[in-house]
Amino acid sequence: MSAVSPTAVAGKHVDRVPRSVPRAAAYMNPYVAGVGLGLVLLASFVIMGRGLGATGAFSSFIAWIAQMISPEHVEANAVYSDYLGDQHPLKAWLVFLVAGAFVGALISGLMARRFGFAVDKGPRIATAGRLGYAFFGGALAGIGAKMALGCTSGQALTGGALLNTGSWIFMLMVFTGGFAAAWFVRKQWI
Amino acid sequence: MDIGAPFFKLGMFGEDASLAVAACLGIGFGFFLERAGFGSSRKLTAQFYLTDWSVLKVMFTAIVTAMVGVYVLSAIGWLDFSKIYLVPTFLVPQIVGGLVFGVGFIVGGYCPGTSVAGIATGKIDALVYALGMIAGIVVYAETFEALFSGWNEATPLGQVTLPTVLGIPYGVLVVAVVALALGAFALAGRVEAALRPRS
Repeated sequence: MSAVSPTAVAGKHVDRVPRSVPRAAAYMNPYVAGVGLGLVLLASFVIMGRGLGATGAFSSFIAWIAQMISPEHVEANAVYSDYLGDQHPLKAWLVFLVAGAFVGALISGLMARRFGFAVDKGPRIATAGRLGYAFFGGALAGIGAKMALGCTSGQALTGGALLNTGSWIFMLMVFTGGFAAAWFVRKQWI
Repeated sequence: MDIGAPFFKLGMFGEDASLAVAACLGIGFGFFLERAGFGSSRKLTAQFYLTDWSVLKVMFTAIVTAMVGVYVLSAIGWLDFSKIYLVPTFLVPQIVGGLVFGVGFIVGGYCPGTSVAGIATGKIDALVYALGMIAGIVVYAETFEALFSGWNEATPLGQVTLPTVLGIPYGVLVVAVVALALGAFALAGRVEAALRPRS
């Protein structure tokens, strides 16, 4: 099994896959997937009057953990207390959305035979290095999303479709930051 | 046409039912992210090396689909646009936050939503990215008073859309974004073909 990369883009490493192992299906056409994603977003606007999001679920989760460690500290903090109310911190709309997203992605991955434990990376970096980058990049994204009041889901996708001013500025800056830093971390990916 | 949506804001169902709606929408969200290949950091980051433009294609197709839908449903008077939540605009924090987030994307390999798709399909790097995100948010919260509270709400424009800010009619801007997307798709196809290794 270890020779089979479940993350391999279909067709790329096919020669190395033993015949007995079922091959992962090709990814969906990006335009078809985009229409599907767009219809989910449109349904959210029509049914709920709000768009999608992801970072808020992480914030709720952190507020819940922090509250168990020190309720006084959490209540005094402007960031954590935003995610606390009369209800349980995990009884939040975005927490349920992200839990659903986990299930939906798992269904899709199993259907396409893409599930498998792996570290996704380019050929020129060691696993430990890749995981270090993943942690540091995640931390930057978390801080950036808190500053901007949203991430690729809550800002770029949702606000993009609503022609929200700050969301379009955020989206342009995400691409700018990504392209600007890409050269410096190229050994991780290519 | 009489206003008929958004259903939740018109009081058609309550908070508890809204959580079930969230779970259902989430399943669709995660399903299409994974279908598109966005559970893989290598596929996502290929956008920034111009070899695979799936991020732009999927994102702009989704934006255009939902944007046109919202526009048409509002124009016929069925969907009350004013009842859809808009994240308020703060120019400086959203510019700086976007840049930091973009660097985090290419360094970490995912964005928050796609990391969930990665974790769901067994990617260890996606799990580590999510742990990093949690650490980042904790750092933000713990240093908020010292580092962020002075300017996190600087340069506010309020809850305002581009048609209002630019003084361009909503419908005209919708058409312009569709045209921009089609142009970007054409460019994507050309660059991908030019960078494809010849065998």
